[in-house]
Amino acid sequence: MDTTHPQVLPEGSPLVRFSGVTKCYGPLTVLDKLDLDIAQNEMVSIIGPSGSGKTTVLRVLMTLEKINDGVIYVDGEPLTHMPKAGGLTFATEKYLHERRSKIGMVFQQFNLFPHMTALQNCVEAPMQVLGLSREDAEERALNLLELVGMGDKKDQHPTRLSGGQQQRVAIARALAMRPKVMLLDEVTSALDPEVIGEVLNVIRSLNSEHNLTMIMVTHQMGFAREISDRVCFFYEGKIAEQGSPEQLFGDPQNERTKQFLHAVLDAN
Amino acid sequence: MGYWEFLVEYLPKLANGAVMTVMVMVCATLLAVAVSMVFGLMRLSSHFAIQGAATVYIEFFRGTSLLVQLYWIYYVLPLMGLTLSPFVSGVLALGLNFGAYGAEIVRGGIQAVPRGQYEAALALNMSPFSRMRRIIIPQIYTIILPPAANLTVELLKATALVALITVVDLMFVAKQINATTWLSAQVFGTALIIYYAMARFALIPFLRWLELIAARKIGKA
Repeated sequence: MDTTHPQVLPEGSPLVRFSGVTKCYGPLTVLDKLDLDIAQNEMVSIIGPSGSGKTTVLRVLMTLEKINDGVIYVDGEPLTHMPKAGGLTFATEKYLHERRSKIGMVFQQFNLFPHMTALQNCVEAPMQVLGLSREDAEERALNLLELVGMGDKKDQHPTRLSGGQQQRVAIARALAMRPKVMLLDEVTSALDPEVIGEVLNVIRSLNSEHNLTMIMVTHQMGFAREISDRVCFFYEGKIAEQGSPEQLFGDPQNERTKQFLHAVLDAN
Repeated sequence: MGYWEFLVEYLPKLANGAVMTVMVMVCATLLAVAVSMVFGLMRLSSHFAIQGAATVYIEFFRGTSLLVQLYWIYYVLPLMGLTLSPFVSGVLALGLNFGAYGAEIVRGGIQAVPRGQYEAALALNMSPFSRMRRIIIPQIYTIILPPAANLTVELLKATALVALITVVDLMFVAKQINATTWLSAQVFGTALIIYYAMARFALIPFLRWLELIAARKIGKA
């Protein structure tokens, strides 16, 4: 039972709040008492060396992994925990199921369902989970496939699509659930160089035209600099430094940040 | 008596037996498939008792002799007040036994579906039941069909054991003919050929066809 964290956040709190979140794998601490707020409509990039816990931030927010300590709030209410007798206790699957649709995630490896066409991939969860009729779900899915430029490929199975095309379908599939916050986990890392641009363009338009709240883990420094409202540099499970892209890339203060940016930018 | 005359005289009887073999085989396979699915899923349950029950079942049926199981069902259950016909006993023993092997194939198949598929379904907030039924299970067929095909051929040949509990199958008829004619080479030679032909020209092509359909469903053919 946790009584140090509030059962609800006050009005006007950020859309997502990590409050003292710790995640361990055995003796290894991947997230170390992490505090992180994401405001409505904010575009936050997470950068950092591998093993710094940046992907874990997304995975615990998506509830793919359980946290060991702290609380994650979404929309003012706890997500990882639920209120019980004046305190908070770990959330049950039922509690999570009622809230998980607020969060959408796009994976590095796309993870499209291979036995379904692009359209079926986008229709499945809205029908099964949100209870949409087939007509409504298909209309929504088609609009989104058009949005990501995949309308003409709606009846193709994933194996017939390039990596960039698959990733665009995966973005449409996540959007079909109308999440309040989208998590992008190294979405271009598995792509051939020539198709990275088409996926970045989709993310660009989601950011500028649709003003979606997004948290993006990325190795694309130029892209992070271009579209982020805020960039967080992770090191050993903590935010070592954060700020506007101009600050973080232009004038980094932390020694680790400088080293990392040097190493990454030299490699390009 | 030449082999040709032998065939003219006895092939119709052997064919009747073969029809019974096919019936035992089909019924036992259907039962085995159902048992495989149920116990394969139970093996993956997070519930201790459910998983434990499946493990005990699989260990028991895999770890003891099929012939002894067959005799138990046919000869021992009646002593406990449950009398089953030879056909039902045979189908039951084969289905339960091969289902235990099949359950392990199903378990392996489910575990071989990439973890990302499960995570993608979870990220879309699909319920555990929907995840399994709509996302994971449809993807296991390409994985489990090759080993399942092996097992099915094995089951066909194992049906010969039901002759020992008086099911009038191919093996039973062959033994009968042998007992009256002593034409052992002809009768058991012919039985071998019939078993082989059933596997080679009917069962295996059918299983191949299933594999092809499964591959098409996930866009791999």
